[in-house]
This record gives sequence, C-alpha cells and structure tokens, in this order.
Amino acid sequence: MLKLPVYLDYSATTPVDPRVVEKMIPYLGEKFGNPASRSHSYGWQAEAAVEEAREEVARLFNADPKEFVWTSGATESDNLAIKGAAHFHAGRGRHLVTVKTEHKAVLDTCRELERQGFEVSYLDVGENGLLDLDVFRAALRPDTTVVSVMFVNNEIGVIQPIAEIGEICREKGILFHVDATQATGKVLIDLSTLKIDLMSITAHKVYGPKGIGALYVRRRPRARIEAQMHGGGHERGLRSGTLATHQIVGMGEAFRLARLEMGTENERVRMLRDRLLDGISSIEHVYVNGDITHRVPHNLNVSFAYVEGESMLMAVTDLAVSSGSACTSASLEPSYVLRALGRDDELAHSSIRFTLGRFTTEEEIDFAVKLLHEKIGRLRELSPLWEMVREGVDLNTVQWAAH
Amino acid sequence: MTYSEKVLDHYENPRNAGSFGKDEEGVATGMVGAPACGDVMKLQIKVGKDGVIEDAKFKTYGCGSAIASSSLVTEWVKGKTLDQALEIRNTQIAEELALPPVKIHCSILAEDAIKAAVADYRKKRDGAEG
Amino acid sequence: MAALVYFDHNATTPIDPAVREAMLPWLSERFGNASSRHEYGRQAHAAIAEARARVAAAIGAHATEIIFTGGGSEADNLFIKGAAARMAAGALAVSAIEHPAVIEAAEQLARRGWRLLRLAVDGEGRVDEAAYRQTLSAGPRLVSVMLANNETGVLQDVAALAGMARARGAVFHTDGVQALGRTAIDFRSLNVHALSLSAHKIGGPQGVGALVLDKRVEIEPLIAGGGQERGLRSGTENVAAIVGFGVACELAAGRLAEESSRLCALRQRLEEGLRAIGATLFGGGAERLPNTVCFAIPGFDGETLVGHMDRAGFALGSGSACSSAHPEPSHVLKAMGVSDASARGALRVSLGAGNTREEIDAFLTALRSTTMELKRWTALAV
Repeated sequence: MLKLPVYLDYSATTPVDPRVVEKMIPYLGEKFGNPASRSHSYGWQAEAAVEEAREEVARLFNADPKEFVWTSGATESDNLAIKGAAHFHAGRGRHLVTVKTEHKAVLDTCRELERQGFEVSYLDVGENGLLDLDVFRAALRPDTTVVSVMFVNNEIGVIQPIAEIGEICREKGILFHVDATQATGKVLIDLSTLKIDLMSITAHKVYGPKGIGALYVRRRPRARIEAQMHGGGHERGLRSGTLATHQIVGMGEAFRLARLEMGTENERVRMLRDRLLDGISSIEHVYVNGDITHRVPHNLNVSFAYVEGESMLMAVTDLAVSSGSACTSASLEPSYVLRALGRDDELAHSSIRFTLGRFTTEEEIDFAVKLLHEKIGRLRELSPLWEMVREGVDLNTVQWAAH
Repeated sequence: MTYSEKVLDHYENPRNAGSFGKDEEGVATGMVGAPACGDVMKLQIKVGKDGVIEDAKFKTYGCGSAIASSSLVTEWVKGKTLDQALEIRNTQIAEELALPPVKIHCSILAEDAIKAAVADYRKKRDGAEG
Repeated sequence: MAALVYFDHNATTPIDPAVREAMLPWLSERFGNASSRHEYGRQAHAAIAEARARVAAAIGAHATEIIFTGGGSEADNLFIKGAAARMAAGALAVSAIEHPAVIEAAEQLARRGWRLLRLAVDGEGRVDEAAYRQTLSAGPRLVSVMLANNETGVLQDVAALAGMARARGAVFHTDGVQALGRTAIDFRSLNVHALSLSAHKIGGPQGVGALVLDKRVEIEPLIAGGGQERGLRSGTENVAAIVGFGVACELAAGRLAEESSRLCALRQRLEEGLRAIGATLFGGGAERLPNTVCFAIPGFDGETLVGHMDRAGFALGSGSACSSAHPEPSHVLKAMGVSDASARGALRVSLGAGNTREEIDAFLTALRSTTMELKRWTALAV
C-alpha cells in the first residue's frame, strides 16, 4: 500500500533513519548531560559521545576530527565560514567570488558583506549549470581572499568542478569554502586530496536530525576564521553555545551509515531516478534542467513546458515535490537558479524538482510517472499556450499584453 | 499555500474550459497576461444578435487561483449584455473565491480578460459595419 | 555508569518524558522541512506555530515576538550584536556577572568601536543601584542584565533596572535562561525589549532557544540566508526540538508554583545542613532562584570536592558549566568581592524536577564524610 503523498523531496530534508533515532534516544533520556560539564560523569559521558560523533563525521571525508566545528546547520556554517574568513583576512583584501546559483545562505551572507564594504563577484554558470573554469580564473583578483562554490546545487543537482577550483585557489593563496550540504553521502569527498579549506555540512539531508551541522576548518594549511558566536568558548572558541548532544550523536550515526552505504545506495537511487526520467520522457516538451551527467544520482529537475508551476504542484498533491528550492518556494518568483541557466521565465515557472532517497521505491516512481502523465495532460488541455503551440504559433513572436 | 473551497472546486472542475471554433459567428477573444509573469488567460465570448453573451469559454496558463478566476467569469458573463459584463469588478471575483492578497492579481487579470474580449468583439463588429 | 544523583540542573536538565514523547514523531514519520509547501512541510510548519504559541503563553508574550534560535547563547549574541548593528557605535552596559555569551558578545562590540561599561554588583551579587544610575548617566544605548545568575541563582530586579534604562532611552535586554521555569516571567511587566530563553534548562532538548523581541526594536540577523523566523534567523527549522521546547514551556509554566515551593523547601534543608558543616553561602542574603545554592567549604578546593562527590554518586557543578573549561575562579564570585582563594572552593548545587529530600540528606552525609576523609589525608600528609 502506497503512503500518500509520495515523498520525492529528499533534497529539502530526509526522514531520520530509524537506526539514527535509535542511537539518539538514550541522549534524550538517561544520558542527558551537558558536554561542557567538567565536574561529573554525566558531562564526561556526553562529551565522549560528542567526540565519537565528530570522529564519524571526519571519517566520511577522510579528515581529522579536530577539523570539525559543530553548528546548528549548514546555513550557520555558511555564515560562519564566509563572514569569518572575510573578516579575518580583511587586512589582505576585501574581494570575494561566488556563483549566482549558490544557496541563499551563501548569497545573503555575501550581500551582507557587501553592505559592510566588501566586494563580491557573482559568477554566471553555463546553461548546464556548471561553472566554467576560465570564467572563474578571470574573476580572481590580487585582493580576492575568499571563494565560495557549492559542491552540488540544491535545485538541479549538478556537481561543480571542486577539485579544479580548489587547485586554483590554493595556488593563489585564496581560501576556498564549499557548501557540501547536498553532496554529502552522494559524492565521494576526500579532504585529504581536495583543496578545500572550509566546508559546510548538515545532518538533515543525510538521514540525520535537523538543527545540527558542522563546519570543516582545515588545519594544514590552517584556514583561519573569526568566530561569529561568542560566549563560553565551546568548539575551541569558534562557536559558543551548549552542544546539542542527541543531535550530534544522530549526525555521527547518520554520517557513519552514509560512509558504509552510499556506494550501493547511490546505485539503487540512480536506477530509480533513471526509471522516472524514462517514464516521463514520453511526455512532449519535457526539459531536464542542468547537466545530466555531472549530477548527483538522486536529483531530477524538469520543466514541463506550457504548464504553470504552481497549478502543477496543485495537480500533483499526491507527490511531495518542490518547485524551486524549499527555502524559496514560499515566494512566487521563478527559481533564480533556473534563470541563471538561461531558461526563459516560462520554463523556469514550470519546473519540478524530484529528489529521491533511501526509502524511495519502484512502486512510488511508477505511481509518480502515471500521475504526471495524467495531470500534465489535463493542465495542457487548459493551457492557451499549449493550444497556440499546437497551432504552430511561435510564442516568442507573440506580443504579450503588459500586465 | 492554502486555497479556498471555491478555488479548489473551480480548479478541479473548471467550467467552460475550451475554445470556440475559429470562424464561429459572434465569437471574440481576449488574451491577457504573459508567460514570463506566470499567467496567461484566454477568454472567449460568443455574442448573440441581441448583444447578449450566449456562451463563454476559457483557457488559462497560471496558478490555481488564475484558473478559478477565469472559470468563474465564464459563468458570470453568460446571459449578460456587453455593458453588464464590463461591470464585473475584480473585487467581486476575489471576494467570491476568497482569494488571499497575493492572489488578487489573478482577479484583476480575469477582469482584464473580460474587457479585452468585449473590446475585441466591438472592434470586429465596428470593422464589419465600417 | 552508576546512576548519579543529579544536582547540576543549571548546566542542563534531563528531558521530561512528556517532552520526549512529543518530539519523537518529528524524528520519524513527520519529517518534513517546514519551508516545504507539500503536506509534510505544512505539518511541520503548523507544529512550529503551535510551539511558538506555547512558548509565548508561558512568558506572557505574543507569538509573533518569539524568534527561535539554536539556544540561549545564540539568542544573547543575536540581540546584542543584532541591535548594535542597527545603531551608531556608542556605550553599552552589561553587568559584571553576566553569562559569557553576553559578556563576550559585548566584548566583541568593544573591539568594533563600542565603549563597554561593566555594571558592578554588591557582595550578594545584586546590581548596585547607585553604580547603575551612575553608569546610566553615561548614556549607554544598550543595557543587558540577567534575570537570574547561573552560578548563584541571585535574582535581579530587572523590571526596575529596565525602567530606569528605558527612561534614558536605552534598549534593555535580559538573559532569562536560568529564570525560565524557575521563577515567574511576564514579558510585559518585565518591561524589557528583549529576553533570551533556552529549552534545555527546563526539561526541554538541547539545541533550541528563543529570543523574545519587542518588535519596535529593529535588529540585524546573525545568520542570513533562507529568511526563516521573519528573516531574523535563517536555517531549516529544528522542528523536533522546537516542538519539545513548546511542550517544556507549557509544562514548566503549569508546574511553576508547586515546583518552586517544593524546591525552596529542599534548598532550605540543604542550606541548613551546609551551614552546619561550616560552609560559606554565596549570595545567600539575596533573593534567589529556589533551586540554586553556591557555596564553599573553607579549606577545600572546589574541583577536588566535585571529583570526590562524583565518585560518591552526586553530580554537581563547580562554577558554571559553560565556563568550567576555564581554570580561573568564577568571574561572578570575583565581581561579588569574593577572594580568589575562596572562589576556588565554590561548588554549585542546582536542583530540579527529580530531586528529593532523601537525596539532599544523603548528599549532606556524603559531603560530611568526604570532607572529614580529605582532612584526615591532609593531616597524614603533614
């Protein structure tokens, strides 16, 4: 029996894996200590659990546990990394480079720095969503101190050339921050070879709990940043505040499971994603947004031309999917990411992001395919644009009434 | 986004969806909006010899509220004279469908669609007479 | 690990079973992102709204005045730095006994051109009124004084202090992390512009807190991107923890009257016993939280004693949990004029929901025998 709505929004958040919950429960019960309590065993026990989790997180990336600072999630990590690095190195220069398709946590942070007198270059991507290395190189200046490029885009799932960007940054002595929120558990990330200096990660996209994440801060060569949250001196002074032990334990377990299972899981998910793509390919005028090869296995972002996005979401309420990113879908704006690909507004309006995951089944995919065929057909019957296209009208030649 | 019962009803069971044949007698078309803005409404009216709107059809590319607004006005304009149809205000549409503030533009678009269809009819008629 | 008697509730509290029950569905089948528009998201969104109303009701605020954060420290940082960012640099005043989250946020402002004024306290740990008035005459734009101190439990007359500061046009913040659930808080009658809260001191989960903010005061966010919490605190909402916080607030508010008189009686019994052993009580003459006793036994080092007491089966605090990584004597006791030697002896018992009279008695017996044993060893060593 299918549970409706079918959840195909794993990039917005994932269910917590039952094995992770299992591991968390004692820390919501008898093991309730504050890891900062140095005077009794409750505290020591909590501290040991926190450090064990830190090791598990580090292991997934082949890094040193001491290189991870706990935060409340990737948004805080992005803020800490970018503001912290920009401020620390403000004496050397006040120019940052990032990309137009970054998550709002990066873009809004950069805007804030601009208000403080920093300069930020927002680079364009190609129509496949990827950053061109020549464009990137050309944007670097002698006063560039920080570069921030996401590993995997949250909307279209494309994988940026992080290794190459890292090499360029290292060579020029520029700090390189990577938002790896959507890449964790999907792409192999080996920090012993990748030249990443700062990396934001979060638990709730990797079957861990919400409200916990971390920032990787490289020790050799040492990445230096300024703290953004003060008081108490937790996390070596980089991020104060009582650590949420149960959440940290959950993140550690989630990352351990990711390390052990990502290989087989990604293959299974990729097959399901391809089944979905195959299934909807027979619908006319369906466009995949973003490069299909340089892409994480669980993401499919498609535009159904001549159908408006919001009415489409209303039609597919039996599918939990998103149009645009989860964080911006409250607004009526078309996705800025799709716009940055050069997609015209009409196609940007009619996009759906399907993101699959650990608990997605073949049955769910088949249900989704059938539903989409039905509903897209119905909405197109209602669409004057579809009618015009059928009649051979080129929509670009139509003089639309200003509205 | 939560929709009112009436919006959902029109969305699920649109009234008078479709198009008239191109050469049908007394048919006029109003097309408003733009794909880039996320909504395009096509409203067609069929006007009898007595100047009364006999029938109406619509097609809409847009959100649920846009579809509901156009579906609703096809019902409302039927049986009205052109002047009476022009008296339909977006506020009435918004009220009937209980549109939230962010969706008021859908009702404005529907009102514009009526105006455009009537203007098209009058243009055609005047062209025929002149 | 043997189950210890837990006497360190000002560091953190066990999660109330009812809170845990309320949280668990949000860690399993109801896992949506509150920003998502589908059913999973809407469920989460509604749960947060309900929790917000519960937190607001517990402290007499309006739900729209609650900004959920990752904890009390973040709330302190958010207000102090966020409000300052909207002002021209000037003077700010914080009490000398504030939590490090307030003091260090203020010190950070001091590095950015603000003038930091520290409000002196008297020997009992109360903000000294004459000194306070004098500081106010220097015209601070921001003032922060905590409701209850984490180490001594000493309460401040925040409503009066806030009134005086407001009369001079200052914006007033209070850290209510230790006061929540232990003494009645009414946001309106406190007369403050902002109040910091935390869930894990009242039987809620770690990792969530709130800033209660009078909306007439504009602040800048600390964490940007995504626009959650009216744009003042971005990041995917920690739904389970927020739900837990809401339930914990409701429970704490409901139990407050009964629980505080119960704890007060326990504390009295404890203090009598401590005096009989010859302990010095810090802040003993001031109005305090019903659950906190900070004391020293002359001649004994605090760190040594807590270690022995842990082995004897009692978990207590030395200094504040948050700063106990620092070996220096407590800045709170120092501000109260306690000598370094005496401050190094400080121990803190902070009681909570599960504690009983029997535990108090057992603790006193164990403390007595521990001190006698330590004395014997010292004597032997000599």
